[in-house]
Amino acid sequence: MDAYDILGPSEQYIQGDKACVYGALIAGCRFFAGYPITPATEIAEEMSRFLPKLGGTYIQMEDEIASMGAIIGASWTGKKTMTATSGPGFSLMQENIGYAVMTETPCVIVDVQRGGPSTGQPTMSSQGDVMQARYGSHGDYEIIALCPSSVQETLELTIRAFNLSEKYRVPVILMMDESIGHMREKITIPKDVLIANRSTVDISYAYYRPFRTGYMHATKIPEFAPFGSGYKTFITGLTHDEDGFPTTVNPKAHSDLIKRLSEKITDNIDDIFYVNNKHLEYAEIAVISYGISARPSLAAVNMAQKLEKNVAFINLNTLWPFNYEFISELSKQVEKIIVVEMNMGLMYHSIREAAEGRCDVVLVSSLGGRVPTPKDIVEMIK
Amino acid sequence: MITIKENYCKGCGYCIIACPTKALKRSNKINSRGIEIPIVEEEKCNKCHICELSCPDFAINVEEE
Amino acid sequence: MISNDEIYEKYIRKGTMPTILCAGCGNGIVLNTTLRAIDELKKDIDKMVFVSGIGCSSRLSSYIKADGLHTTHGRPIAFATGIKAANPDLDIVVFTGDGDCAGIGGNHLIHGIRRNIDITVIVLNNYNYGMTGGQASPTTPLESLTTTTPYDSFEHPFDLSMLAMAAGAPFVARWTISHPVQLVKSIKKGLQVKGFSFIEVLTPCPTSYWRRNRIRDYEGIYRWYKENTVNVKRAESEPDKICIGELQNIQKKEWTEQWKELVERVSK
Repeated sequence: MDAYDILGPSEQYIQGDKACVYGALIAGCRFFAGYPITPATEIAEEMSRFLPKLGGTYIQMEDEIASMGAIIGASWTGKKTMTATSGPGFSLMQENIGYAVMTETPCVIVDVQRGGPSTGQPTMSSQGDVMQARYGSHGDYEIIALCPSSVQETLELTIRAFNLSEKYRVPVILMMDESIGHMREKITIPKDVLIANRSTVDISYAYYRPFRTGYMHATKIPEFAPFGSGYKTFITGLTHDEDGFPTTVNPKAHSDLIKRLSEKITDNIDDIFYVNNKHLEYAEIAVISYGISARPSLAAVNMAQKLEKNVAFINLNTLWPFNYEFISELSKQVEKIIVVEMNMGLMYHSIREAAEGRCDVVLVSSLGGRVPTPKDIVEMIK
Repeated sequence: MITIKENYCKGCGYCIIACPTKALKRSNKINSRGIEIPIVEEEKCNKCHICELSCPDFAINVEEE
Repeated sequence: MISNDEIYEKYIRKGTMPTILCAGCGNGIVLNTTLRAIDELKKDIDKMVFVSGIGCSSRLSSYIKADGLHTTHGRPIAFATGIKAANPDLDIVVFTGDGDCAGIGGNHLIHGIRRNIDITVIVLNNYNYGMTGGQASPTTPLESLTTTTPYDSFEHPFDLSMLAMAAGAPFVARWTISHPVQLVKSIKKGLQVKGFSFIEVLTPCPTSYWRRNRIRDYEGIYRWYKENTVNVKRAESEPDKICIGELQNIQKKEWTEQWKELVERVSK
């Protein structure tokens, strides 16, 4: 059975969490492991309902560490896999996210953000995990994190998350927030969407080296041989050579490996980085936001436009990898960048770093689950 | 035929202790890593293979003629 | 019986012997016996995955010429659950240690058993954290000296097999490296059982554990495992000794079979 057969009418009025499930199933996700946590629980619930109908697998694990482990294991059988959580669970997943980066395991992690640190505000919205998505696991690495600001975008970016994960063999994090997760909006289920699949290996076992790149395509991404396919692949989180075997005391082996793991993302930033902008051409001021706070930001920009201000709106749908060049160019054009986020200023740091003092960078911060109002932002534009 | 891959042997002697017919013995024979390797008294061997199962490094091999 | 040379040729990755493990370490014996059990059952090694955690025990997966997943510390059962649930056609063997399985990964062990997913877990219990130099583990016997219990250990150790039995594992066996023939038989049974099989192997760590605890010669170590254990059939006569043998063999519905039934039911 196909995902489209069970998702129902092409136009629906649903929650963000459910739209995420729709996107995953359309993208080909057939394995979900998770653990209940507000406000991401609905994703697990919907997965448990839909996956058996598609011949997929749903499993509730004993904690988020195990959930992350299970989706990595399952991904090595060739399946597209996903887990969903919120802050506390996301913290627990970090070690295994690093493992997925090191072993180049495609998988999607959904973090429906709530107020933190610690148990914080389980039923309130926050954008406090964006730096954890980037730097949460130890060691140097690059990761992809996407951020939707509507229910429709949640569906579309979930598909994109799977596509990027498969293409670049990297865990992709979908950074939702409580508001987007629990908000209901009209969606249109897209047809004929582009679905990417990991590139599998097609040479004899004798010549195959699991972490050598460039067999089939001239990229820095190795070809994949799923478990059970006879390629006798050994996977380890230790620093490994092209054969996949531990080489833990060789400085060159380590630097070659982590450079490749980073470069396979940063070299392709033009393909990965995607933002939605409005009125950018003649802008003198830019409002940058993402997630739920992008919506009042857009409203504020529209209000300012009526006041004949040249203000651009930038919805940062791709949080990581961070496009320094894009912000750098922007900082040459505008006089002021207003960063709107529901934390004490996290993306604000990277944006200020990229702007290098060429323009003012100011922060509109909103805490406690209170979504900033357009008025808060218009004040800064004036 | 019992053969010992001298370079694999770490000299734990578990094969010697495990052997029910005492076909393996300690010796002064030293391998390249300075480890005393066992010697074999072939005629005592009853081909039970327990020495093979007791070797942590696949260093000892018993072949039935 | 298959010889070690044949086992090596068939199942061991070239150039990996001798192992990185210390002289007198029993882990290689567990590798050897596991491969013999697989060979005797004529299993297709290309349809098997060897999953392991972190520690000396967990190095075993890298030696086998088959798919292997050397995971994070304590989590091999969680990873193995994902593999098995996603592709039930694969046979999964988990190599784990006392620290990996009873310490950091204890939760995954009991939930793997509760779920009864069809994997074979082989726990190499060497009474301490050997890879890090011999710290006390959840199975360190009372009054042992380790680097973190320099005045002797007073925390009550886990009896892992009893824990697995109480959690309801369909197959539980415990042997030592001094009982390799019996161990092969139990691993064979464990691989054949449809469900969670738990095989505990008492294996010596001469370098970190025994060196600090009375026995400093390999022969003494080997004999200790013979002399301080008693088969379950005669356990009542010698209650002070460690009970070994096939400890539990019960029937229980398995996870992937139940999931398959559920899929058939709801996809109609």
